[in-house]
Amino acid sequence: MDLEYTPAEESFRAEVRQFIRANLPREVSAKVLGHKRLTREDIIGWHRILHSRGWSAPTWPKEFGGPGWTAVEQHIFDEESTAAGAPPVIAFGVRMVAPVLMKYGSAAQQQFYLPRILSGEHWWCQGYSEPGAGSDLASLKTTAVRRGDVYVVNGQKTWNTLGHFADWMFCLVRTSTEGRSQESISFLLIDMKTKGISVRPIALIDGEHEVNEVWLDDVEVPVAQRVGEENQGWTYAKYLLTHERVNIARLGESKRELRSLKAIAARVSSDGRPLIEDVRFRDAIAALEIELRALEYTVLRVLSAEASGRDPGAISSALKISGSEIQQTLSELKMRALGPRALPHVPEALDAGWQGEPDGAEWWAALSGRYFNMRKTSIYSGSNEIQRNIISHRLLGL
Amino acid sequence: MHLEFDEEQLALQESVRRFLAERYDFETRRRCLAQPFGSSQEIWHAFAEQGFLSIGLPEPQGGIGGATELMLALEEMGRSLVLEPYLSTVALCAPLIAGHGTEARQADLLPRIATGGLKLALAHAEAEARYASTVRTEARRTGDSCLLNGAKATVPDGAVADLLLVSARTGNGLSVFLVDPNTPGVRLVRYRTQDGRSAADVFFKDVKLHADHVLGDGDATVALEYAVQRGIAALCAEAVGAMEAANATTIEYTKSRKQFGTPIGRFQALQHRMADMFVQATQARSMSILATGRCAAHSHAAKGDAELRRRDVSAAKYYVGKAARFVGQQAVQLHGGMGMADELAVSHYFKRLTMIDMTFGDSLHHLAAVSDAILREPREAV
Repeated sequence: MDLEYTPAEESFRAEVRQFIRANLPREVSAKVLGHKRLTREDIIGWHRILHSRGWSAPTWPKEFGGPGWTAVEQHIFDEESTAAGAPPVIAFGVRMVAPVLMKYGSAAQQQFYLPRILSGEHWWCQGYSEPGAGSDLASLKTTAVRRGDVYVVNGQKTWNTLGHFADWMFCLVRTSTEGRSQESISFLLIDMKTKGISVRPIALIDGEHEVNEVWLDDVEVPVAQRVGEENQGWTYAKYLLTHERVNIARLGESKRELRSLKAIAARVSSDGRPLIEDVRFRDAIAALEIELRALEYTVLRVLSAEASGRDPGAISSALKISGSEIQQTLSELKMRALGPRALPHVPEALDAGWQGEPDGAEWWAALSGRYFNMRKTSIYSGSNEIQRNIISHRLLGL
Repeated sequence: MHLEFDEEQLALQESVRRFLAERYDFETRRRCLAQPFGSSQEIWHAFAEQGFLSIGLPEPQGGIGGATELMLALEEMGRSLVLEPYLSTVALCAPLIAGHGTEARQADLLPRIATGGLKLALAHAEAEARYASTVRTEARRTGDSCLLNGAKATVPDGAVADLLLVSARTGNGLSVFLVDPNTPGVRLVRYRTQDGRSAADVFFKDVKLHADHVLGDGDATVALEYAVQRGIAALCAEAVGAMEAANATTIEYTKSRKQFGTPIGRFQALQHRMADMFVQATQARSMSILATGRCAAHSHAAKGDAELRRRDVSAAKYYVGKAARFVGQQAVQLHGGMGMADELAVSHYFKRLTMIDMTFGDSLHHLAAVSDAILREPREAV
C-alpha cells in the first residue's frame, strides 16, 4: 500500500499538464470553468486536438487506437483535464458504445465505427429511456420488426442527451413479443440522418437545451447495424452500464468545483468580510471537502483493485451515490454563497463574452441554474434508489 | 499510487481474524467483561505468542511489518471488540517510544512489549483542555531530579497499564516521563468505560522523577502530536472492523427475523438503509487507509508536510466518527427491540463505535480542524 504517486506517474501528470496548457484554447476553458454555454465545435474541437496526440479515447486499449493507459493514468488524465477546464470527453461514443463494440461488435463494425469515434467524425447519442421506461428500462416499447435486410423501427425515446449534436445513436429496441422482457431486446446502431427520425428539444428546469425526445417513425436500420445477437441486447446494455465504473464518480470535476466554491466564498462579501471567514458557511465547505476526500480514496482503491486484475463489482453503485450527492451539494453551496444574487435569472449571461447588467452577472448568473440542473445526477444513469437496490441485492445478498 | 495489500499483509490479517474468531468469540469476551477491568492476562500472553504485540515494532526489536500491518490487525481487534489495551500499547505508545525514546529506553521497553510483559497507556490529555493538546502538568527541576505535579483525565487503558507515558511541561517545552502507577505521589482513579473497557484519571503530587524516567531528549511536542495522530489512525482502523461486523450482523439478523410473514430484510426501506450503512463503512475504510498512509514513516506527509498529515488525519477522524455514529445507530434500529438488549453483539458494537468517536477528538472537533485549515490555503481567483 502506497499513497504516493510513483515518479513515472508524476512525470505522466507533468506531460499531460504541459500538453493541456499548450493546447487547450483559453476561450473554451473559460466557458467550462464559468459554466457558460458550450458549442458543438468547442467540444469536438478539443476532441480533435486530443486525437492529434492520440489521447481522444483515454480509456481505450492500444489495439483499438487508444493510448493504453493504466487505470491510474486515466485517473490522472481526468484530474488534469477537468482541473484545467477542458470540455468533457464525449462519453456516449468513447466510453459507452465503444466498449460494447470492442466486446460484442463484429470485426466490420469495429473497423468502421471505432476509428470514427476516435477522430470525432461520429458524435454518438443514446436511445435508452422512453416515456414509459425509466428505471424499469427493460419495459421499453420501441419496436424493431425485421423486413428482409432491415429492421423497421417505431417508437419514442426520451432524455436523449445532446442528440441534436449527434451523428449516430445506439438504441435499445424490442425485437420479439415472446419471452421475458429482458430477452427480447436488441442493440441497434442508427444513423441519425435516416429518414423517419425527428429530434425535438426538451426544455429543462434551467431553461437550457441539453436533452431531446427522439421519434422513430418507420426508420429502416440495416440488420448489419445490430450489435451481437438478436434479443441479446439487454446483456450488452448491462455491460455498458457496469463498464462505467469510476468515471461515474465525477471525481476530477468535483475537485475542481470545490476549489471554485472556495474561491467564490472568498470573493463574496458578507457584511464587509469574506464569506469564507464565516465559520458556519466554512464548516459546510469543510464537511463537503471531507466527503469528497472519502470518495477520492474509495475511487483510488477501486483503481488499485482493477490494476491488480480484480473486478471490483457493484462498488460502482456506491461511487455513483456518493459522487452525485457531492456534485449536488457543491452546486448548492455555490448558489447559496451568492446570497440574494442567487435570485436573478439572466440567461443571456450564459453566453461567453457577455457584458452587461446586473453587475457581475457574467460570473454568477450560471450558478442557480446549475444547482437546479445538477438534481439530474441522482436521477440519471440509474437513479440513486436503483443503485441502493443493486448494492443490497448484489453486495449484501438481501 | 497503490492502495491494495500484498499477499503477506492479507495473510497476517487473516491469521489475526482466525485467532480471534477461535479464541475470542463473543462468549469469551463476555467472560472478560466480567473481570475487574475487562482485560485478560491469558489473552494478552496469547497475543504475545502469536506475535500480535510485535506488529509495527522496529525490526531490531523483532518487529513484524509496519503501519499497514498494524492497521489490518486493528481492524480485526475492532471486528472482535477486543477489550485489551492493544491500541494503547502497540499503536500509540510503542511508536512513540521507537520515535522519541533514547536507545537505552527502546532497548529496555520494546522487547518487553513484544513478549507481553508491558501494557502501556498514554497519559496526555487533561480535563480543562477537552480535545486540545494543552498540557498544564508540569515537571519542575530540583537538582538532579524533577517534581511532577498535575493531572491527566480519562486516560484510555490507564486502569490496566503497567506503565504510564506522561506528558509534562519542562524547561524546554514538553517531555514524556515513564511513570509507574505505584510511584509515591501518583493517585489513579480507575473506572470502566461505556464500551466495557477501562480508563483512569491520574493525579500527580510532588512525584519525584529521575533522569531514567525521561523517555527521550529534547522537546517532545512534535513527537506527541505525531503519536496522537497515529492513535487516531489506529482508532479509525478499529472502527472500520467494528462497522463491518455491525453491518454483517445486521444483514444476518434482517434475513432471519420475520414479521408480516416475511424476513424483514426483504423490505426496501430496510435494504436501502443497509446500502447506506455499507457505503459509509466502505468509505470509512478508505479514510482509515488515508490516515494510516499519511502517518506512515516513508510518506511525504511524515517527512515534511505536517499540515497535509494533520488535515487528512482530521478528515479521516471526522468521516469515521460520523460513519460510526450512523452505522451504530442504524444497526441498533434495524435490530428493533433486540438492538436494545445486552444479549446481542450489536449493542456492544454500537457502544464501542460511539466511544471511538468520542476519543481523540469527536467529529465536530475534527471538522473544525479541517475548516480552519481552509483559511490557511492559498486563494484562487473565481
